[in-house]
Amino acid sequence: MAEPTQPAGAAADHAYLTIEGVTKAFGDFRAVDNVSLTIPRREIFALLGSSGSGKSTLLRMLAGMETPTEGKIILDGEDISALPTYRRPVNMMFQSYALFPHMTVEQNVGFGLKQDKVPKDEIADRVAKLLDLVQMRKLAKRKPHQLSGGQQQRTALARSLAKSPKLLLLDEPLGALDKKLRMETQLELVNVIQSVGVTCILVTHDQEEAMTMANRIAVMSEGKLVQVGGSHEIYEYPNCRFTAQFIGQTNLFEGTVVESAADHVVIDSVDFAQQIFVSHGITPTKGSRVWSSVRPERVGLSRTAPDSTYNWCQGTVHEIAYLGTHSVYHVKLANGRKVMAHVPTTHWGDETPVGPGEPVIVRWPNNANVVLTS
Amino acid sequence: MMKRWLARFVPKGRTTVTAIPYSWLLVFFVLPFFFVLKISFSEPTIAKPPYTPLVQVTEDTKVTVSLNPAPYRTLTREVDEFATKPWTEARQDSQYLVAYWNAIKLALLTTILTLLIGYPIAYNIARSDDSTRNTLLMLVMIPFWTSFLLRVYAWIGILKDNGVINNILMSLGVIHEPISMLYTPFSVLLGMVYNYLPFMILPLYANLVKLDGRLLEAAEDLGSKPWPTFFQITLPLSRAGIIAGSMMVFIPAVGEYVIPSLLGGGEVVFIGNKLWEDYGVNLNWPQASAVAVVMLALLCGPIIWLHRFEQRRKEQEQ
Amino acid sequence: MSQRMPLSNRLYMGLGFFFLYAPIVSLIVYSFNTSRLVTVWGGFSMHWYDKLIHDDDLLHAVGLSFKIAFLSATLALVLGTIAGLVMARFGRFKGSSLFAGLVTAPMVMPEVICGLSLLLLFVALQTGFGCTGDVPPTGWFVQAGCAAFGERGVITIWIGHTTLCLAYVAVMVQSRLREMDRSLEEAAMNLGCTPFKVFFVITIPVISQALLASWLLSFTLSLDDYVLTAFLSGPGSTTMPMWIFSSIKLGLSPEVNALATIVVAIVTVLVVVSNRLMISAQRKRERAIQAALAEG
Repeated sequence: MAEPTQPAGAAADHAYLTIEGVTKAFGDFRAVDNVSLTIPRREIFALLGSSGSGKSTLLRMLAGMETPTEGKIILDGEDISALPTYRRPVNMMFQSYALFPHMTVEQNVGFGLKQDKVPKDEIADRVAKLLDLVQMRKLAKRKPHQLSGGQQQRTALARSLAKSPKLLLLDEPLGALDKKLRMETQLELVNVIQSVGVTCILVTHDQEEAMTMANRIAVMSEGKLVQVGGSHEIYEYPNCRFTAQFIGQTNLFEGTVVESAADHVVIDSVDFAQQIFVSHGITPTKGSRVWSSVRPERVGLSRTAPDSTYNWCQGTVHEIAYLGTHSVYHVKLANGRKVMAHVPTTHWGDETPVGPGEPVIVRWPNNANVVLTS
Repeated sequence: MMKRWLARFVPKGRTTVTAIPYSWLLVFFVLPFFFVLKISFSEPTIAKPPYTPLVQVTEDTKVTVSLNPAPYRTLTREVDEFATKPWTEARQDSQYLVAYWNAIKLALLTTILTLLIGYPIAYNIARSDDSTRNTLLMLVMIPFWTSFLLRVYAWIGILKDNGVINNILMSLGVIHEPISMLYTPFSVLLGMVYNYLPFMILPLYANLVKLDGRLLEAAEDLGSKPWPTFFQITLPLSRAGIIAGSMMVFIPAVGEYVIPSLLGGGEVVFIGNKLWEDYGVNLNWPQASAVAVVMLALLCGPIIWLHRFEQRRKEQEQ
Repeated sequence: MSQRMPLSNRLYMGLGFFFLYAPIVSLIVYSFNTSRLVTVWGGFSMHWYDKLIHDDDLLHAVGLSFKIAFLSATLALVLGTIAGLVMARFGRFKGSSLFAGLVTAPMVMPEVICGLSLLLLFVALQTGFGCTGDVPPTGWFVQAGCAAFGERGVITIWIGHTTLCLAYVAVMVQSRLREMDRSLEEAAMNLGCTPFKVFFVITIPVISQALLASWLLSFTLSLDDYVLTAFLSGPGSTTMPMWIFSSIKLGLSPEVNALATIVVAIVTVLVVVSNRLMISAQRKRERAIQAALAEG
């Protein structure tokens, strides 16, 4: 994901949107539990989580359709927590698009401006510009049921940008589209949002979508924030097992720290004889229980054991899934545990690839270990 | 400036909006019942209005409330008669109890018959393909939209002594004297079933059409034959429709006036007819009111039960 | 499921519809009968139709019925829509169950009870306003009250019909509102529309079909009502059902046959035409959606 264009002046670091200790409780159940975030201007920020994680509730509170039980929402210096949705400078694009069926595309897009009593010719002007931006100018006189899914989505986007909102909210923007259309639309959407320069928060359960479209991502689970950071950071340095398993796939090896120094750590693993060697220092002390997360693409396979004493183990090939560019190998260890490896098709070179049932060595580099304590 | 902001509307706004239909109903639906109750304790007089006031304030500002239980006595006296005199004699003399009984009996029969006749019709329409279903629904709706008075009247022409049926049978030589069909319980029942059939079909249809055909396919796949499938799956799932339809037939049928009047001709008297007689002919409004109160008391149970049933169903659906 | 119905089913349906339509057909056939004895055939004649068109009493009654039906349907639509809105959108509040019960009760309540009770109310109002008796009413409030409730007539019938019809409207509107996509209303509010305005600019257009259907249903119910009207009408306010009923009782029935035929013809034409219109509108819509999908 490309870095956003640098806004002029000192506004770059200014916390444009502050979410302070926001909680939403329904009786005893906390849909959103003490969430705090600061989002700078023009950032595209993703709330990522599965259903029930609280991401949609948080979005609705930002839109003004739910009131926080506790906490504050401050946008551009103004506390908007108690403002009703029709008074907030926040606009939302709905998952179902919610285009008004009895109005044309033009009328839909101009609806918000009409509520503000903007003069007719100004509205017409602005609507035309927006429709050009989303390439819907030719279809301006159509009604929603005469549009395809992608066309409806572009109309909904134009409508939510019409009032130049300070904050744009997207609720599962690509959920209703099929896979092929989704990839093209992802980039188109980001282009439009960036060219308009609006601060944007999007909610999704699709990690690819979040990683492609957003500058930063917040992983949510059970109403709480689990980790916040850029896509690279979250993928390479997850802060807990949940994140490591939620974003992409990983192998988790449980063990105990036997040696902890400033520049390296040795872990005794439960699953195999060899020890794990981590090439950097960590906070947990000797004797603590940790997990090492190793991404499948860092795992290599070979027939012979390596020279190193660390970071490898012996197993049998259990299953192979051939996916064209690479194959996913599931290797079964002596204690029954399975290790996943993504092996590029070119890996074996002239050698015959290892087949199912054959013994194989699984190994990974020292710096592939990410140590997790929770 | 709004200090506290609630879900969508300002609380004042919601209350005003609710109050509009609520007050209309309180004034024009609930309040009148209290008047009925009040007048039922009054005495009929020759005056305008033809009943005595309950509360009288005399010259020296003394307030007297006079409750006249006579209208209810008429009814309780009849109950006594049934308890003391031989049944046939009591039945001859009784006016109101017989009328109540006729109404309830025939309303029950009507409900059962419309259910038995209407269910297959509703089922077939629900299970038809789209274009057939559309035509069939239209065919059911047309009589519904046509005046029911006219349709009841049509039966007079068919059932009377020189009516259609008798004419045909006589001209065919099947009978030599007209069969007396009109002004009998049979003609009233026929008229009721005829009139209330759409009121049973439509709720049943609305319920059956939502039934997922795949459930039946799954049952068939598991080896269930048509009739057992019907009794074990379709019927239980259409329970809501059956109850809704039955209540929409039974409750109004008890208070029916027009059908027994036109097709019963004085031979078959419903409680609705007695009420009108007391009101319009005898000008005995208190008596009419008492009759209404008792009718309402009898129907209270079914009405409240239907309401609770519908509420529970709506909650389950949400 | 689109299976062809087995023969036994089709036979049953045929029988059922025969039962439903035989009386109507009989009415129509005998409307062309010369003889005064409705069912003794005397020859083909349009005589009764002629008599019908020139019957002033009937024409007056028909006009009155239409006027009342129009007024009732319209007021019932307004009150019923508000009631339906409250039941569908306001959730549970103190007295909401009672409210729902009150709104739907007129649908099942026997009309003799409704009629008598409303009548007694109006009579009490009469006495209350002091319209009975020989002393003419004084003061604008009393005069207005007397004008409205003093004599039983159009206004009292209107009130009775409205109360009955609003129950049906409320049920239909409530059900339509429940089905409706709520995010349309949310989107409108999000774009700056106050809740009050949303109802008129968004909700009503979206449920307009249901509103029209309930207006038509109310119109029909009012037009056809006998019992309630009989209680609430006064001298000079004879409606069409009342005319029909008394004609039947007095034995002046052949005209009724003619009237019945005209009514059936009008209803059939309206139902078929509106049905065709709905289907063609639906087909047009479906074609538009297909075209849009093809475009991509």
